[in-house]
Amino acid sequence: MSDLSVSKSAAAIPSVRPSSASAMRRFAPWLISAVALLALPFIFRTDTYLTVMSLMGIAIVFALSYNMMLGQTGMLSFGHAVYYGLGAYFVVHIMNWAIATRAPIPLPLMPLVGGLAGLVFAMIFGWLSTRRSGTTFSMISLGLAELVGSSSLILRTFFGGEEGVTTNRTKLLRLTDWTFGSQFQMYYLIAIWCLICAIAMYALTRTPFGRMCNAVRENPERAQFVGYNPQVVRYIAFCLSGFFAGIAGALAGINFELANANLFGASQSGTVLLATFIGGIGTFVGPVLGAVLVSYLQVMLSDVTEVWQLYFGLMFIAVVMFAPGGLAGLVLMHVPLARAGVLGRVVPSYLLAIVPAVMLLLGFVMLIEMTVQLAVKQSEGPAMKLFGVAFSAATAGPWLLMLGLLIVAFLLFRLIMPRMAAAWDSARASAAERGIVL
Amino acid sequence: MSAAPALEIRDLKKSFGPAEIIRGVNLVVPKGERHAVIGPNGAGKSTLFNLISGLLVPTSGEVLLDGERISGRPAFEINRRGLSRSFQVTNIFPRMTVYENVRCGVLWSAKQKYTFWRGVETAPGVHERTERVLEEIGLADRRNVLAGVLTYAEQRALEIGITVAGGAEVILLDEPTAGMSRHETDRAVGLIRRISEGRTLMIVEHDMGVVFGLADRISVLVYGEIIATGPPAEIRASAKVKEAYLGEEAHA
Repeated sequence: MSDLSVSKSAAAIPSVRPSSASAMRRFAPWLISAVALLALPFIFRTDTYLTVMSLMGIAIVFALSYNMMLGQTGMLSFGHAVYYGLGAYFVVHIMNWAIATRAPIPLPLMPLVGGLAGLVFAMIFGWLSTRRSGTTFSMISLGLAELVGSSSLILRTFFGGEEGVTTNRTKLLRLTDWTFGSQFQMYYLIAIWCLICAIAMYALTRTPFGRMCNAVRENPERAQFVGYNPQVVRYIAFCLSGFFAGIAGALAGINFELANANLFGASQSGTVLLATFIGGIGTFVGPVLGAVLVSYLQVMLSDVTEVWQLYFGLMFIAVVMFAPGGLAGLVLMHVPLARAGVLGRVVPSYLLAIVPAVMLLLGFVMLIEMTVQLAVKQSEGPAMKLFGVAFSAATAGPWLLMLGLLIVAFLLFRLIMPRMAAAWDSARASAAERGIVL
Repeated sequence: MSAAPALEIRDLKKSFGPAEIIRGVNLVVPKGERHAVIGPNGAGKSTLFNLISGLLVPTSGEVLLDGERISGRPAFEINRRGLSRSFQVTNIFPRMTVYENVRCGVLWSAKQKYTFWRGVETAPGVHERTERVLEEIGLADRRNVLAGVLTYAEQRALEIGITVAGGAEVILLDEPTAGMSRHETDRAVGLIRRISEGRTLMIVEHDMGVVFGLADRISVLVYGEIIATGPPAEIRASAKVKEAYLGEEAHA
């Protein structure tokens, strides 16, 4: 995994000229990913799983494209769904056109249409927004998102109003006997595009342009004094990011056989920001993890609780406060320890911490769900079921239990924290002694 | 190679609102010269560097690089024309490795531009040039360290490394030894001497030992004006300089 980290691998590679060993190291993660993507439908066979995995693939492309800006170039956009949504609309329209005119374009090539749409609109909008950086850029991105969002209700012939525009993915020119009618076949279409896009976006980080994206993120002023115009770097990053967002949107359009205004709404822009950040913006794999987790939770949590978005928000806050490197950052922190063979020292204290962590989670879930039961679902009365246990939210018992859980969890954390910190410090120190932590 | 001086400054002025910071500077730096700019705090030395390197736009006057006007051009364009500068406050790419920091300085001059269709590792000459600079600044064994965690002296060396990595003909160093110990300063001076070999160097420096040991000529900037320019011995002997600058320093 460390192979894919943004900053470290960069230096490790050039000191060795490409040899078969380093080529193996470089291609191994992709080979493993490819095999995993191919094999997954045979492990998770049901339609629900195939649907979720398809959504994950789309989300991965979208989140990676978002991180080209946020993580790589340091541009915080609040309107990335614009390019995603336009990608979806254009692909649906072109598909309908191809069906009507019998144009010989097979479905597997259609995502490119979305990519081109994303690219063209990113070239137009980015020309405006990338002239500024920082907060100004973020505000312009928000304004543009509003602009496109509102125009979707005005330009009804193109955007199809509230219902959106539908299509039929099975009616296009077929090269094989695959119609892509089933979710199984659709999954493979998404998986292959996901892999191609991920490889392309990773390769981008290893180009002169990709390296200068990091330089512009780190210090745009200094970038000027090594001959680079930060505005141009930002603009190219924005356009390429729009291209890949367009592909993701096209995959969504094909997957749902529908493009509607939800696809480029503010919540879509918010979700990709959330997913990317939760996964970790500092590494290439971070957004992948975030996209997988968030799409899984979006589907699964929304079945279990009405206020799943609240849990999302809490998770986001927790990550921002306690793990700014995201999930990938947490994992990567431990790579040097594993390499030094001292990972075992921190594990016991982590296992101990699981106890209060579970208690804390339980306590919060109870707090949220009981509040919802009493406040939002008033009409249904106080009787409720949580984790299979039936009880009444109007009695004191569950509230006392919830309070007890939270208090005990808090106290236990205070007890375990110093132990965790000590274990971490000692493990890190011995890793440093072995020259592994720099 | 044209016969024009490496750098020529003509009646350069800069005001911030009503405050005139640079009040008509004229200076010619011939090719291959090591030229030091000294002066009391607030004399406008850093502002002068910012004007030459394109960080600031002059209010009036012009700067010529190799006979061509560069004043008013954006900083990245001035850099591409062969003028590179370092900063008084360390200005590096902190969350990138030492190797990558130097490589950023190499890329444009290696004609890589905004290439996003070819890998950076296979770019011709880039790796070799980066390695050479790393050797030169003595950070070869620290190449994989993030620049942000280097020691102060190492960061200053890296700052110079990024500045010279592109092979610019004219190098501007803004207080390269500020805040260094005696020993670190000696090493830095050795480094500056090596990297300025065959190039034109302009340096702002407070350490008089460094200035008089390194410079071919010295300009004294006081309140936005150059009151004297000449070889070290001449500057040291100048009554005007003593009164305006060294004298002031002696009182302080």
